[in-house]
Amino acid sequence: MSESLKAILDSLHAFGTGLVGDMWWTLIWTLIKIMILLAPVLFMVTYITLAERKIIGFMQVRYGPNRVGFWGILQPLADAAKLLFKELLIPEKVDKSVFLLAPALTLVPALVAWAVIPFAPGIVLADINIGILFILAISSMGVYGIIMAGWGSNNRFSFLGGLRSAAQMVSYEVSMGFTLIPVVMLAGSLNLTDVVNAQKGVWFVVPLLPLFVIYFVSVVAETNRSPFDLPEAEAELVAGFITEYSAMASGLFFMGEYANMILVSFMGSILFLGGWLPPVGFLDFIPGIIWLGIKASLLLFVFLWIRATFPRYRYDQLMRLGWKVFLPISLLWIFVIGLGMHLLGKA
Amino acid sequence: MKDTETEFINYTVNFGPQHPAAHGVLRLLLELDGEVVVRADPHIGFLHRGTEKLLEHKTYLQGLPYFDRLDYMSMIAEEHSWVLAVERLLGITAPVRAQYIRVIFSELTRILNHLLFLAAHGLDVGAMTMFIYCFRERERIMDIYEAASGARMHAAYFRPGGVARDLPEGLEQKIRDFTDDFPAKIDEYEILLTNNRIWKQRLVNIGVVSAREALDLGFVGPMLRGSGIAWDLRKAEPYDAYDRLEFDIPIGKNGDSYDRYLVRVEELRQSNHIIRQCLDQMRPGPIKTELFKNSIPYRKEMQEGMESLIVHFKQFSEGYEVPPGEIYVATESPKGELGVYIISHGESKPYRVKIRAAGFNHLQAMKSMLVGHMLADVTTLVGSIDIVFGEIDR
Repeated sequence: MSESLKAILDSLHAFGTGLVGDMWWTLIWTLIKIMILLAPVLFMVTYITLAERKIIGFMQVRYGPNRVGFWGILQPLADAAKLLFKELLIPEKVDKSVFLLAPALTLVPALVAWAVIPFAPGIVLADINIGILFILAISSMGVYGIIMAGWGSNNRFSFLGGLRSAAQMVSYEVSMGFTLIPVVMLAGSLNLTDVVNAQKGVWFVVPLLPLFVIYFVSVVAETNRSPFDLPEAEAELVAGFITEYSAMASGLFFMGEYANMILVSFMGSILFLGGWLPPVGFLDFIPGIIWLGIKASLLLFVFLWIRATFPRYRYDQLMRLGWKVFLPISLLWIFVIGLGMHLLGKA
Repeated sequence: MKDTETEFINYTVNFGPQHPAAHGVLRLLLELDGEVVVRADPHIGFLHRGTEKLLEHKTYLQGLPYFDRLDYMSMIAEEHSWVLAVERLLGITAPVRAQYIRVIFSELTRILNHLLFLAAHGLDVGAMTMFIYCFRERERIMDIYEAASGARMHAAYFRPGGVARDLPEGLEQKIRDFTDDFPAKIDEYEILLTNNRIWKQRLVNIGVVSAREALDLGFVGPMLRGSGIAWDLRKAEPYDAYDRLEFDIPIGKNGDSYDRYLVRVEELRQSNHIIRQCLDQMRPGPIKTELFKNSIPYRKEMQEGMESLIVHFKQFSEGYEVPPGEIYVATESPKGELGVYIISHGESKPYRVKIRAAGFNHLQAMKSMLVGHMLADVTTLVGSIDIVFGEIDR
């Protein structure tokens, strides 16, 4: 951080403390920081929808949205406005409190996890030393929202969708967790900033390539994206757990899904692709946050690319892939990495 | 607390008639044990329009457009059965050029139908890009339809005794261009699907029907050929120009959804091949019987000659009389044997018409094909049997 910026911040702190007192200022300053973090995240969430429609559109020889604003650039705003002004329809037989709590429970964990993501050296809301554990803990809470939506909707298709997602998210959480262990082993820390700094020589994707692939497939499954979008498979379950939702309530589910997608892309870039580090040393005049953005965008692009290409897995096949293929491979790789580190005398 | 034993009741799901994968108005009552289908009960009747009854009150010419609307995904192929049936009752045959035109359009329709099968099947299984790709090519065929008949879908182009009008100038070249481009597009679809692991996992061994069962269930068309029986009316009882054309009949081996998919993809190539041959063999000439008792006089003659004007007026007011008799004519529509059974009492309107639709038999097989499969396979099978309710409910 440059000196002038530090000076400005210091005077701001002094001014704030003088105005409302120390305790209140800490609270307000934290809120301000949260806003500064969440505003870009929500901006990305809105614009990833446009990116998705455009990219998949071009892959499918069509244009995608191009009516609202130049190149469809205002389309997300129009969509948001539409969702906000629509009537929130609550079917008669739903469990009202569960039904209404579910969308919020899906979106909030997806946003909370951003607290520990370092965007560049020192730019992180909470630089806690158990960052990876925190993310694992928070991201697995997302499943509650979906189960509650499936259960509370009192609809058979929703219920099946909820059941599917519970099984799917739990099992892929396991294989995702196992892929992170070698990263922690190599970095020697659970702190995400340390993980990035440990990749200064060589990115973890090089020694851990199979795990990176497993990580990516697992997070595609965990975020319920195609080809693992079974909980909301429209061909079978109408819209799965979202069937009974309308207006902004269904919008919140989609925001949660996209926020999760972006989150795991950033996670993947940080854990395997060197975070803010440039691919070659002399490119470090470009700010780290831009490198991180590029890497995460690449991963996000692959998300969309997969969606445009592959058919959907069947439920039992998905389970088999998770438990019988990914889990043994990641366990084996943990062993291989451990053995390698032992032989090289690093542990 | 009576006892700790809990009784489990199977879960019943009402699949359709309003469901994104219901292909129109399919209604399946599914009894599920977890996600496994224990019992499937297909319902019919949501699209019943009384076509057969309506045909009793129309002249033979007025009856024709109803056939476009039976299986609304393979429009002209349905007309083919009707015009052949009426022609055989009348004892006339269409001129050679008309026969070729009919074959071209029947095969274009087969491509149209199989493309929609691929599109919908892909979408059902989750490969949504297939949908758009297939519609891109469908659009070109629709344009050809429009150039020939004036309508993009419900063409009403065939007539007993020929076709409505000759191909407009340049259309032959347009069709030829299409057949040039099309094989590359089929390759494109196959790259996306045929060897795709997920696609295979979802289709192989789903809805297996053995040859014996296929015959017992009354399967026809690609469904029957998928089970390994080489039965194709175009070869078995050639009509129109088919005996002058060379083509193969692809058959499957295992009778599962994947084989049926492969059969249909190969039929796309064969249809393309047939169209090419027709274009090569076709020569200029009349396109309807010039015995204007049973066909509409050319417009120019009608404007100049009294006789033709009278015939024209009679054709459109009371129609022509068809000799008494009964006839059953079946053609190989994209979905299989489409039969038309007509009883004529010598009037200008049929006494009774019965239509034998392929999809009806295929739908009833859902019951036995679905049991033991998972919920996700229901949509695979609905796509695989290529169901269209227009022809089932008639």
